[in-house]
Amino acid sequence: MAERTAVLGVGQTKYQTTRGDVSLPGLVREAAYRALEDAEVGWDDIDAVVVGKAPDFFEGVMQPELFLAEALGAVGKPLLRVHTAGSVGGSTAVVAASLVQAGIHRRVLTLGFEKQSESNATWALSLPQPFSVSINAGAGGYFSPIIRQYMARTNAPELIGCMVAFKDRQHALRNPYAHLQQQDLTFDQVVESPMLWEPIRFSETCPSSDGACAIVLGDEAAGDASTKPVAWIHGAALRSEANNFPGRDEVNPQASRDCADDVFAQAGITDRRAEIDEVEIYVPFSWYEPMWLESLGFCEIGDGWKLVEDGATHLDGGDLPVNCSGGVLSSNPIGASGMIRFAEAALQVRGMAGDHQVDGARKSFGHAYGGGAQYYAMWIVGADKPTS
Amino acid sequence: MSADPSIPPAALSGEVRLPEKLADVEPVRSVRTPIRLEYDFIPGSASSGYLNAFADRKILGQRSPVDGAVFVPPRGVDPRHGAATPDYVELPDTGHVGGFCVTRLPIPGRDDLEIPYVSAWIHLDGADIGFLGLVAGIDTSEVRMGMRVRAVWKPDDQLGRTAENILYWEPTGEPDIPVTAAGTNAWHAKQAAESGEQAAGEEG
Repeated sequence: MAERTAVLGVGQTKYQTTRGDVSLPGLVREAAYRALEDAEVGWDDIDAVVVGKAPDFFEGVMQPELFLAEALGAVGKPLLRVHTAGSVGGSTAVVAASLVQAGIHRRVLTLGFEKQSESNATWALSLPQPFSVSINAGAGGYFSPIIRQYMARTNAPELIGCMVAFKDRQHALRNPYAHLQQQDLTFDQVVESPMLWEPIRFSETCPSSDGACAIVLGDEAAGDASTKPVAWIHGAALRSEANNFPGRDEVNPQASRDCADDVFAQAGITDRRAEIDEVEIYVPFSWYEPMWLESLGFCEIGDGWKLVEDGATHLDGGDLPVNCSGGVLSSNPIGASGMIRFAEAALQVRGMAGDHQVDGARKSFGHAYGGGAQYYAMWIVGADKPTS
Repeated sequence: MSADPSIPPAALSGEVRLPEKLADVEPVRSVRTPIRLEYDFIPGSASSGYLNAFADRKILGQRSPVDGAVFVPPRGVDPRHGAATPDYVELPDTGHVGGFCVTRLPIPGRDDLEIPYVSAWIHLDGADIGFLGLVAGIDTSEVRMGMRVRAVWKPDDQLGRTAENILYWEPTGEPDIPVTAAGTNAWHAKQAAESGEQAAGEEG
């Protein structure tokens, strides 16, 4: 049986457009330091470090984990880098957890980061291939056709995406780490914002952020020894698939469904909507909230948009609050964005989410996806130790 | 998590003392260093066949030896079965629009594109996956999933060994394909039709 594994501490930086006051090492050091402080452990207590970020050409620093080793306290320790595009923060946490679950290490520091102010993500995602047709405009250009297919399949009302965006920006006001703090934003302003990648509006799109997020994971003894509440891992799973093959369901990819089935089975959860108290899913474009709710089995296929319309995913009064932190729509340091979902899920079941806390949250779901919606990472954390 | 997140931890924010001669100098916050890289492009055998054929206004795909699926552009391998795909198939320059995006912002290196423009997954007749193409010759608001299109090629004297020989895809005016059989649904629709034919054959 796998070693029971707990989130002992979480550290985040304030997400913003430019962290001009710190270098890349300074940025990651800050998140790592805060995670250690939260976990009440020192650098010497860490046995290994697992790092993730988006592809190297975003900032143009190749293999940055090597030059960041000192800032991460990893000198003389095992240091592992994970690569799964936008889902990397989640995959990195799952890989780090596996090192504890397998009994290899007692405590592992895991961290994801991006300094988008030192890069140009849309350019990096629009790299022309020689002798081919170069017309795709970044991630929005790629995901817009898939969203259009979802809308056609479900006949969802046109403004569902705007409702998600407005909800997440409202949630962000209750999270001091969130990048976008749009106090005066109105729903009409979201609706009236310009179309960038029709049907995706400007306000339905994630921002570009600088930031890092770190988690300290520990084995059962370390979790038991903690003076603070910890988050126990009840399930962790990864899946991937090719991004273009005959009959691929791009709206609801098989890798997503398989990953969800695996992680819920590990956690012994049968009624996903009833048994999960808070959900942190990777929603860089608003329509992905209803799309993932369906794919993840929180509702029937075709019903995701109804949860949005009914307010079920809102922190105030919803039975399945989604992205209480404000989500990727409010903060997007790409390589960290997946790990933020995992970390926020842990904060919820530790009762440490502050103003965006879901009262009495006992089980929470963290999720990330990346590439052409082809890489998936998920975990379920609980306030109680898993029984199996 | 109660401390102000915008104030870095005290342990990491020691005071920086500059030498006196730097006291009045404006601090350097960032430096931009544009870089360039020149390289030779070696496309490999599958892509070479594909790109060379464009010079003759031909679009080549490759067929899976396992289930007959046709891939364009060809990559030399069937991604589902891991099987090599040595056999090329010549495809027509007609097909339909699958998913598409009406893009309203400029992209690097394509100053020639008028905004808004439509980037679409083009599903060629006889192919089983789509590839990206520009749809033009129609108002962007008129583009539909399932709309039939044909390639508009560069003039003969401008043809090279490149997919850029196709300037854009324009509507043929034929009736649309039903959305349920368009784009990524096409494969399933084809499988269903074939198994239906087979079932009918068995009955006969």
